[in-house]
Amino acid sequence: MSTPDPMAEIRASFFVECEELLEALQDGLQELFDGSDDPEMVNVVFRAVHSIKGGAGAFGLEALVRFAHRYETVLEAVRSGSVAVDQDLLKLFFRAADQLSDIVKDCRNEVPVEPERGADLLTAFDATLGADVEAPGAAVEDIDFQPRTMSMEFDEDDAATAAYRIHFAPEAELFETGSEPLILIRALQELGSCEVTCKLDNLPPLDEIEPETPYLAWDIRLETAVEQMEIEAIFEFVEGLCTLTIDREVPASQEDPQVPPPPIYDEQSPAADVPSPPTPGTEASITSAQPAKPPSPKATGTKSVVRVDLDRIERLVNLVGELVINQAMLSQSLETVGLSPHSDAMHGLEEFQRLTRDIQDGVMMIRAQPVKSLFQRISRIVRETSAAVNKDVRLITEGETTEVDKTVIERLADPLTHMIRNAVDHGLETTEERIAAGKSPEGCVCLSATHKSGRVIIDVSDDGAGINRPRVLQIAIDKGLIPPDSVLTDSEIDNLLFLPGFSTAKKISDLSGRGVGMDVVKTAIQSLGGRITISSGNGAGTTFSISLPLTLAVLEGMVVHVAGETLVLPLNVVIETLTLSPDNLDEVRPGVLVVRVRGEFVPLFDLGHQLGYRERQDSYMDAVVLLIALEGGGRAAVIVDNIQDQRQVVIKGLDDSFYRAPGIAAATILGDGQIALILDPSDIIAQTDEAGTHEKTLIAAEA
Amino acid sequence: MSLKILAVDDSRTMRDMIRMTLEPAGFEVHTADDGVHGVDVLSGLIPDVIITDINMPRMDGFGFIDAVREQKMHKVTPILVLTTEAAPELKMRARNAGATGWIVKPFDPVKLIKALQMVAG
Repeated sequence: MSTPDPMAEIRASFFVECEELLEALQDGLQELFDGSDDPEMVNVVFRAVHSIKGGAGAFGLEALVRFAHRYETVLEAVRSGSVAVDQDLLKLFFRAADQLSDIVKDCRNEVPVEPERGADLLTAFDATLGADVEAPGAAVEDIDFQPRTMSMEFDEDDAATAAYRIHFAPEAELFETGSEPLILIRALQELGSCEVTCKLDNLPPLDEIEPETPYLAWDIRLETAVEQMEIEAIFEFVEGLCTLTIDREVPASQEDPQVPPPPIYDEQSPAADVPSPPTPGTEASITSAQPAKPPSPKATGTKSVVRVDLDRIERLVNLVGELVINQAMLSQSLETVGLSPHSDAMHGLEEFQRLTRDIQDGVMMIRAQPVKSLFQRISRIVRETSAAVNKDVRLITEGETTEVDKTVIERLADPLTHMIRNAVDHGLETTEERIAAGKSPEGCVCLSATHKSGRVIIDVSDDGAGINRPRVLQIAIDKGLIPPDSVLTDSEIDNLLFLPGFSTAKKISDLSGRGVGMDVVKTAIQSLGGRITISSGNGAGTTFSISLPLTLAVLEGMVVHVAGETLVLPLNVVIETLTLSPDNLDEVRPGVLVVRVRGEFVPLFDLGHQLGYRERQDSYMDAVVLLIALEGGGRAAVIVDNIQDQRQVVIKGLDDSFYRAPGIAAATILGDGQIALILDPSDIIAQTDEAGTHEKTLIAAEA
Repeated sequence: MSLKILAVDDSRTMRDMIRMTLEPAGFEVHTADDGVHGVDVLSGLIPDVIITDINMPRMDGFGFIDAVREQKMHKVTPILVLTTEAAPELKMRARNAGATGWIVKPFDPVKLIKALQMVAG
């Protein structure tokens, strides 16, 4: 992969890293907040901010550096123990983390960050640091982060060379820190013409030499056009580890310097070894002086990670999708040819099918991500919302490690944000009301994710007062959403919340009432192939439950024929299949059929009729029926003509250019190249239900 | 012969930056994510210069320098400390631990290369 600008690539990677660091920061703060006394936690938090600052500096993101630095300073104080952590300080840290995250986002989007951003936080930081805060920010930072530029240009006026006398006598420590006089002298030679004299005056007789004691010193006469500063810069790292004097010669007469490089510099051996090969005895003392410890290869539990461009995965997912279709086609054509199921070809095909499925699972796994990042974002929403409406709210998250397709996670952020705001703003009572109701003043919002029968269930629940059903009903009637004489069940009333144009808020707070209602949330969830249900007990809170497919790419489906059409039903909703007979079929009133399944009556629908393919049939005797599990726990039965197959299908989304027909989730291409619609049975049944009870509402709503 | 550099930094961005700066300049760059990893890498690598960050998980820069200096083979390998801290006491601490020199982050590519040449010739 060739990219024109490696810097841009690193910059992009920096922001990816920032996300990870911000996540680590959140995690660390949460751990501390939950009472962890692991001292490493503070370090983790500190390092996260520190690394963000470091990277930001490299890209000249001043605003980010400035804020991160101030944040870091306070964290450093905590780390060194001069400031004690308490819950209030952690709350400040949380807010600062949010602010930091905002600044990172603005920097990434190249939005200018106004300088007074987070000023309140900075003030709070200063207050935390108390009296021992020195000069406030700016001055310190300027010193800290000024890139050290070295003057490289020649002084024009002084273009004539000047001569310097340099005396340089290294001490033992110079060698211990890995410096090397030879290199320093070479660096000097690059500055101009050098005359180097090695002073051997201190060199003891051979048998008195201690191999680790440096005895040599050098006198160097350097003629150069550069300034003295630059000569000093060469010795920057050895300052204090040697005797060094640099004197500028008074420019008298220009003598011709003859530069015979002393032979000593041609030797490649380290200076300490220069005088002579050490005696065997001394060599032994070297070895004993530094017992060589073998490197201890510690088993590190860290996972190694490869970062892959999402586009590449996308391509792979598509290819695997094609592979699945291809395999289905092959399998179908072999069957058509009439090969025996016990033939080698069919056995091979079975294996092929298994492998394809494994590959598919593997590819899907690549796209799967824990919902943690999403939940962290939500915890911020809770903090902000609760602060804005002045409620004390605790967020409990469960199942953070549950993995979901990345796209699903991304597209879930907005609806979930809205739901959380609703829960805090409308779901929870005010502190006074809670106290009056004998509840803990601190409201609780719970966010959980679990895998359940091939789907992901995300629940948002609060321990508020629950849905005020009489009021919801009244509002719906007032707004003309339902006829005034409607008689609705509790669950039907709850579902009114999802109607477009419904808003229960007495006053539209600027938080949850941003003109977005639960209907938008519902639409967003549906577009992900998911469903949202609501349950509420009076005084016992409200739970919104989102059920999502694990992936948007493939589906285990049941292929059926109805009225000459081929359709696919998600297999995970099909509970069982049965055949209708006079024994189990009943008509409760004209046009309303039920089927008895193990002593229980289940409403029966003709799929062909529901979808508008055909008129209601006179008799459904001997028809094939699929028992379907509905969202929200109910069951229904649908009549189909026959069942063709049970197979994996690749979901091809119906984009905006298609009419979003109720009950149709997506489409797929079958093995024979035929296109089939993928149904959403719950949606179909829901449409029928609503049509039966308050058909008018629905028409109004859909319009 | 190109100089072998081992850069130890827990920030991927920093490692990338170092790599991007040094590779075009003809250095051979190896990286490690923290001190422990750095020690691991050193068991199979004899670098000409080591660059290390200070603040790192598992084993910080000071610990890493100690660990490097304990190995006879790397006793005089030049070590540059790469850190945002410009404070003199940190420089002294790094030097006492056995560091050869230091580079202040954000580093100037020219300066970094110069510093490397300064310690490794």
